[in-house]
Amino acid sequence: MSPMSFLQEALSFIFTAANWGGPAGLTARILEHLQYTVVAVFFSALIAVPLGMLIGHTGRGTFLVVTGVNALRALPTLGVLLLGVLLWGLGLIPPTVALMLLGIPPLLAGTYSGIANVDRDVVDAARSMGMTETRILLRVETPNAMPLILSGLRTATLQIVATATVAAYASLGGLGRYLIDGIKVREFYIALVGALMVTALALILDGALAFAVWASVPGTGRLQKSRGMPQPLLGDEVALESRAPARRVVTARSDRGDPSPTVEG
Amino acid sequence: MRYLFTHLDDLWALTVIHLRLSLVPIVLGLIIAVPLGAWVQRTTALRRLTTVTASIIFTIPSLALFVVLPLIIPTRILDEANVIVALTLYTVALLVRAVPEALDAVSPAVLDAATAVGYKPLTRMVKIELPLAVPVLIAGLRVVAVTNISMVSVGSVIGIGGLGTWFTEGYQANKSDQIIAGIIAIFVLAIVIDTLIMLAGRALTPWIRAAQPRRVKAVTG
Repeated sequence: MSPMSFLQEALSFIFTAANWGGPAGLTARILEHLQYTVVAVFFSALIAVPLGMLIGHTGRGTFLVVTGVNALRALPTLGVLLLGVLLWGLGLIPPTVALMLLGIPPLLAGTYSGIANVDRDVVDAARSMGMTETRILLRVETPNAMPLILSGLRTATLQIVATATVAAYASLGGLGRYLIDGIKVREFYIALVGALMVTALALILDGALAFAVWASVPGTGRLQKSRGMPQPLLGDEVALESRAPARRVVTARSDRGDPSPTVEG
Repeated sequence: MRYLFTHLDDLWALTVIHLRLSLVPIVLGLIIAVPLGAWVQRTTALRRLTTVTASIIFTIPSLALFVVLPLIIPTRILDEANVIVALTLYTVALLVRAVPEALDAVSPAVLDAATAVGYKPLTRMVKIELPLAVPVLIAGLRVVAVTNISMVSVGSVIGIGGLGTWFTEGYQANKSDQIIAGIIAIFVLAIVIDTLIMLAGRALTPWIRAAQPRRVKAVTG
């Protein structure tokens, strides 16, 4: 069978109304998939955002963020999920834990670098007006960091929605059922239905969150013409490693009264 | 833990497959993304086009891409080549955005100085601009490497080899020991590769370390 006929069969499966209803229909699978995603994103945000805010504000434990983000990212989600099923049995706990661990790194990196990169002059101004540290964090730093926090949320959601597919391997639901069952019974058009639906879901969620990131830019900055839609991932994870030195250079320079390049070396 | 030490032969064989599937895409991705990124850096329209295409590619879930690719390229379903092509696409998608941004950050004074002492555009790119872009490239590569290693293990649910097979086998045989062995092996593999890339980055940018003692003094003092 040629690949293109797989695509035709997959599309005709998706565009058949009968396949959308019932407990194993597309609607139910999409809702299950969204449920895994939303619950996991919620719990990773619950852990990562306060932690990132605290470390970003105090500047203590930066090493913990960088190491923790790298270590968590290296943890294989599938292994954690299957181990979780063997330990706790089927249910919502294993996928939630596994996917939560996947969502923490981008959210932690985004929140931390968002808070840590707020202009120090702005923070000092707030402090000199007599704001308490809590109010500075919540009223000044968090709104300014919102675009980066939401970029982190966007990356986390994207990775979780993509990986929630593997829940089906542990006899759970979600759109992965089509993908994994289709391959198991060698009906590749069914696998393709799963692949296409997950891709569509990821693109829709990503578009919605890209809009949220754009809308969260404080002040009137977002109305300036040249700002394109924010891009995923590069905003936070790479920034975490590449931006920190750049800032250090800036402080070094202002501390030493702007030496000319020839003096430096 | 016992499983890990009683199956060292398997461990080695699976690690080789795992590394091949996750690292070949990184090399291919670098070969494609660096020239492409440098080429589109100064052309606004092309740059926007690559950025948009790259972010759409990045949004496609990996497991889905492994299955969809045979429709687009002449490979068989469940072929190893699908994984390599898919992960190469992700690598390119990430780096092709990082390269122009890294090049943007090179100071115009440095570029002017290079031009003034007689560098032609191509030599200037290779000898001045790209070396200065290395830190951002390395940051991107580390993310890609660790993500790829994790993605290859996910591929085992659709029959792709590598250390992920310990997860699927261990799950079917109800052996949590085997799954834990797999988690440890993949975790260690990711950390080792991540560290190696970081060290390579340091070796490639000796000037950053040369400047470091001074910088620390300035911050504390």
